[in-house]
Amino acid sequence: MSDHDIALTVNGRRMTSRAEARTTLVDFLRDNLNLTGTHVGCEHGVCGACSVIMDGRPVRSCLIYAVMADGAEITTVEGLEGSDGALSPLQDAFWETHAMQCGYCTPGMLIAATALLARNPDPTEHEIRDAIGGNLCRCTGYVQIVEAVQIAARAMREAG
Amino acid sequence: MKAAAFDYIRADTVEEACRLLAEGEGEARIIAGGQTLVPLMAMRLARPELLVDINRIASLKGVTADGETLVIGAGTRQADVLADAEVAARAPLLAEALSHVGHEQTRNRGTVGGSLANADPTAEIGLVARTLDAEIVARSSGGERRIPAAAFFESAMVTTLAPEELLIALRLPVWTAPRTGHGFHELGIRHGDFAIAAAAAQLTLDSNGRCIRIHVGVGGASPCPVRLTAVEDALAGSPLDDAAIARATEDISDMLDPESDIHAGAEQRQRTARAMARRAIADARDRAQAGAA
Amino acid sequence: MDDATGYVPREFKYVSHKRRVKEDRRFITGRGRYAADVRLPGMKHVAMVSSPYPCAWIKGVDASAALALPGVHYVLTGEELFAHTNPLLAGVDVPGVKRTPLAYRKARYAGEWVAAVCADSRALAEDAAELVEVEYEPLPFVIDPEESLKPDAPRVHEDHDSNVFFHRKWVWGDVEGDFARAARELSFRARWSRCSTVPIETFVAVADWDAGQEVMQIWASIQMPKYPEQIARALRIPANAVNVHYDIDVGGSYGQKRGIRQTIVAGYLSRRLGCPVRFIEDRLENMSGGDAHGPDRIFDMQVAFDDDGTIRSLRIRATDDCGCYPGRAPLQLGKPVGAIVGPYRIGSAEYEAISVSTNKTSQEAVRGFGQSPTNFAIETAVDKVARALGMDREEIRRRNLIGADEFPWKIPSGSEYDSGDYLAVLDKVKAASNYKVLVARRDALRAEGKLAGIGLSTCLEPSGGNSSFEPLFNPKNDTTTWMESVQIRVDMTGAVTAMINTSSSGQGHQTLVSLVVGEELGRDPDSIRVIHSESLAALPSNSPVGSRMAIMMGGAATGAAKKIRDRVMEIAAHNFQLPVERLVYAGGNVSVDGDPSRTLTWEQIVDTAHRKYHDMPLGAEPGLQSIYTWEVPTGGALPNADGTCQMYPCYSFEAHIPLVSVDPETGRIEILEYYIGHDCGTVISPDIVRGMTFGGIAHGIGAAMYEKFEFDPESGQHLTGSFMDYLMPSAHEVPDVTMVKHFTPSPLTPMGQKGSGESGYLGGPAALASAVNDALEPLGLEITTLPMRVRDMEALLAARTK
Ligand SMILES: Cc1cc2nc3c(=O)[nH]c(=O)nc-3n(C[C@@H](O)[C@H](O)[C@H](O)COP(=O)(O)OP(=O)(O)OC[C@H]3O[C@@H](n4cnc5c(N)ncnc54)[C@H](O)[C@@H]3O)c2cc1C
Ligand code: FES
Ligand code: FES
Repeated sequence: MSDHDIALTVNGRRMTSRAEARTTLVDFLRDNLNLTGTHVGCEHGVCGACSVIMDGRPVRSCLIYAVMADGAEITTVEGLEGSDGALSPLQDAFWETHAMQCGYCTPGMLIAATALLARNPDPTEHEIRDAIGGNLCRCTGYVQIVEAVQIAARAMREAG
Repeated sequence: MKAAAFDYIRADTVEEACRLLAEGEGEARIIAGGQTLVPLMAMRLARPELLVDINRIASLKGVTADGETLVIGAGTRQADVLADAEVAARAPLLAEALSHVGHEQTRNRGTVGGSLANADPTAEIGLVARTLDAEIVARSSGGERRIPAAAFFESAMVTTLAPEELLIALRLPVWTAPRTGHGFHELGIRHGDFAIAAAAAQLTLDSNGRCIRIHVGVGGASPCPVRLTAVEDALAGSPLDDAAIARATEDISDMLDPESDIHAGAEQRQRTARAMARRAIADARDRAQAGAA
Repeated sequence: MDDATGYVPREFKYVSHKRRVKEDRRFITGRGRYAADVRLPGMKHVAMVSSPYPCAWIKGVDASAALALPGVHYVLTGEELFAHTNPLLAGVDVPGVKRTPLAYRKARYAGEWVAAVCADSRALAEDAAELVEVEYEPLPFVIDPEESLKPDAPRVHEDHDSNVFFHRKWVWGDVEGDFARAARELSFRARWSRCSTVPIETFVAVADWDAGQEVMQIWASIQMPKYPEQIARALRIPANAVNVHYDIDVGGSYGQKRGIRQTIVAGYLSRRLGCPVRFIEDRLENMSGGDAHGPDRIFDMQVAFDDDGTIRSLRIRATDDCGCYPGRAPLQLGKPVGAIVGPYRIGSAEYEAISVSTNKTSQEAVRGFGQSPTNFAIETAVDKVARALGMDREEIRRRNLIGADEFPWKIPSGSEYDSGDYLAVLDKVKAASNYKVLVARRDALRAEGKLAGIGLSTCLEPSGGNSSFEPLFNPKNDTTTWMESVQIRVDMTGAVTAMINTSSSGQGHQTLVSLVVGEELGRDPDSIRVIHSESLAALPSNSPVGSRMAIMMGGAATGAAKKIRDRVMEIAAHNFQLPVERLVYAGGNVSVDGDPSRTLTWEQIVDTAHRKYHDMPLGAEPGLQSIYTWEVPTGGALPNADGTCQMYPCYSFEAHIPLVSVDPETGRIEILEYYIGHDCGTVISPDIVRGMTFGGIAHGIGAAMYEKFEFDPESGQHLTGSFMDYLMPSAHEVPDVTMVKHFTPSPLTPMGQKGSGESGYLGGPAALASAVNDALEPLGLEITTLPMRVRDMEALLAARTK
């Protein structure tokens, strides 16, 4: 019933649009802001395909109404590349190990892994599996995803 | 899977939230982390007319000490409680239980108050609250009251919180005695799933290794989390050897009243609860002994 | 972790080498383009009204309240759609059964779509769907497949004379004699429960009727053979009035994304309303009413064997609960005919296939098309024979596996296995698992009072997708053509563009074709662009089903590239005035054999082809382009009267060894270690084959331990319509997997490749069942029903202690 003006800082850019209160953050990103990199798999909080980083933490954007996020800083998969367009170490490692097939879960996986490496530069395999444990992938069996996170962690540590 | 339309107001203070709840006459609903409410609304199993967002009420957030009680604001994120040094040191049972609540991403949003108010029979936070005889603080425009956990959970997904009441804090007693240990075990189908059954135990040993204080609770195997006082009585004064634990928990099925659903049968929940209780008590004992060493 | 990247056949420059997968770049940057990302001006959105009853007459639909909502444009009923469209094609000939996208007059399962609402937004469409009033008259229903076979069972389709969609028994070889001669026999029942592939993306269709061009533009997340033709047929428009955009990325399918009904609804509405229409199934629509369900089988097995472990004969009776409509589902009983005795030297077999309908969601295609359940039943039989003889499970396999020197090997049901070295793969995976240490670890766990077991399965992946099961199951269908095409164009600058004619759902077809074309032309695969056509521009394709693309698209790519090479050689020969035999081709350049100073470069030859007709051979076709359409090797024949036929051409092989523990109190299974030995011939892209295999294993873990679509027998309601109830394995449940490769080339394919799109899934469930039964053996317990969920395991263990 109520409509709201909503302002977000997405991938460093301030963006505004108007939406119904019932619009979820993921629908807002995709439909209002045209950022379709974030995907929808279940809309009830289980698959993790819709993961974004909100104010520094990975969250499920299908479980947040956009109006609740008003004023928040959001990072989506579209914001992972450097300002020069270079792939992030994680993106590069995902490519190196072929940590995906259909690519549908990939944005969510990258977000979960990005958040992990931001707070834990040297995660164990168990910690990696825990960080992506709420993100379902039906294609890969996770092996190459875990490998990618390990490779990226090493690369980031070596780069300081 | 889109929610039915609703109005939305962000409350900036507890008073405002209480006022909105009172004015909403049952049609207004609090939204905290949204990790339960949003899916329910998406499936249109819940359709409030007004959502009152309490996420920006600063006074609902944080962990503070009040003597030998930890006061956890209802709006505190589960992830923040899990990472809290004071909780880890003084209420390790809660910290351990929290690691079983959903996933990192749901804990980053989900709140302690939301989990308590939701009263899922399998919820870990409610189980710890019940096991440790915590108090739940509720506020309405009419005032504040403290509800003992035993009186808070009424049945599955139902609490004694009135529609116009806002849950504002969880008051968790801290056990300060030496040789105190805790244990928490749960069986989920997958990691991070709601429990089929869970058990929490906290106990204190005397210098001879005999149990002088023990609380044991079970979740998922009854409409509400239950404290197993009969088990506690049987084990009080015992050295807590495995045989004694097994004996004391042998008949816990009589104390439980589980439901069957697609994930687990009722009898399975009873048997699993027994296994979890045994493991939780044994862990608590081992930790208490280790603490003594 | 594995050595899958370690082997590179010497003769390949690009194929088999580690190389990044082309498609991945767009996915890691969020630039994939999926059907749900398509947004067109004026687009309207669809939500479905679903039946709450498992069986009911639809007496009337009152849409007035829904249509009164502002922003709601249309409510489409089954009645209207039936009047203006043709029913769907069925895989088998079932008189009296019609399948329509929306239930027509009768709803036959809870969740069946009854009406479609079209509105300005999906949320509004859902608001309106709630207001559509459908008057139902509930009817008796049947949920259990064996109940459904009884003569007095409620009839799913009142105009069909029973609930059976298909029933036939074949006897291949002297089954009776072999059973009589065998020293021993045993029989048992194995159960594979309803589960499926459940991609993370639901089905999405966007349809836009272009009234000016009179073309239906379609963007959809499909993996379906002959999709444009089926849509056209249903919508009663010419097939050349349907244009499917195959460049849409599909968010996983593994057989499932069929989407005919969904597309017909969107297409019909688009034409009716004159605007683009998008239908994104939500998860509830997908799981209950979409294409989500898979095989649901009861196997009644009989095995005849000798004391030395020789398995002589098999009798298999497979009763498959097809759910309520016979799409391609009954055919999933047909494909296993091509590997009905597994990788074993079993001399005769009887196969009775029964497809029975119930008031459940229809079954659709699933990875392996019925082979994984069958492999599970066969492997269980082999394990049981070993147990009955007190023989090691590996030893029994060693005695029965077809030997490397015995290929081609014809099995009783008439299919010939192309090549293999099963024992070598078994040896390799055993070595990789450090088998002695593995056994010691299991025994140590047992000594601690735990239940622990090692599993073993040796299974086939028939690949190369053929259609033989269609004529086998439906004599009215005489299709024997099952082809794939690739087009290559070399432009004036020498840049190479290949065109493929189907959409991809994660298989990496662009990578596959760039590698094969790059290899054949000696051009860097990174420089080769591979595009997905639109269906109106497309060459014949049968879509990536049946683990066929490495073989068929790879083979077509080889064919098209060789044609280019031949043209290049002809042009060079003309310019050198020498016969082609005197020239050598290297990297696109052509030199005179033995005289490298006389070389025409790729650029020169391409330039000649495009611009210098005066330097071209007399009457030559200008430009440099080719088309190659390849019929599946060994295809092209109808089945024989006795049902013998060649099913798929190529046979990949896999041997799995997992180590599991079972919590004796809770029944929870934990996978501690997992090894797989795998042979799919020449590997074209090592990264892709690894991924497919690991993903297949994870999917197999789901089928073996977690996933089941469950219906309440009392109410007929579907109980697993969300991800809260249908549980798929996460990174916690899937262990690290060690994979070892072996390479037995297929003699039937240009590079020796075989399929790997179903690998891991075809032997995983069998191996896990084997491991769990090994763990249970000390207790004298056994489980032959999948999935082995915690609740099932706990009940089994608890019954013992009672
Ligand atoms: C994938 C997934 C897995 C999960 N696994 C678990 C699990 O293993 N264990 C578990 O316990 N939970 C689990 N949950 C649910 C948990 O994450 C939720 O956080 C919790 O149940 C509700 O907390 P919330 O803050 O999100 O509340 P919300 O969803 O915002 O609200 C829940 C209910 O509480 C009411 N409410 C909230 N705050 C207050 C308040 N202060 N005063 C009065 N009423 C209030 C709301 O009106 C609503 O009725 C899972 C959720 C998901 C999506
Ligand atoms: S779409 Fe948000 S968790 Fe699945
Ligand atoms: S890559 Fe397809 S779901 Fe993960």
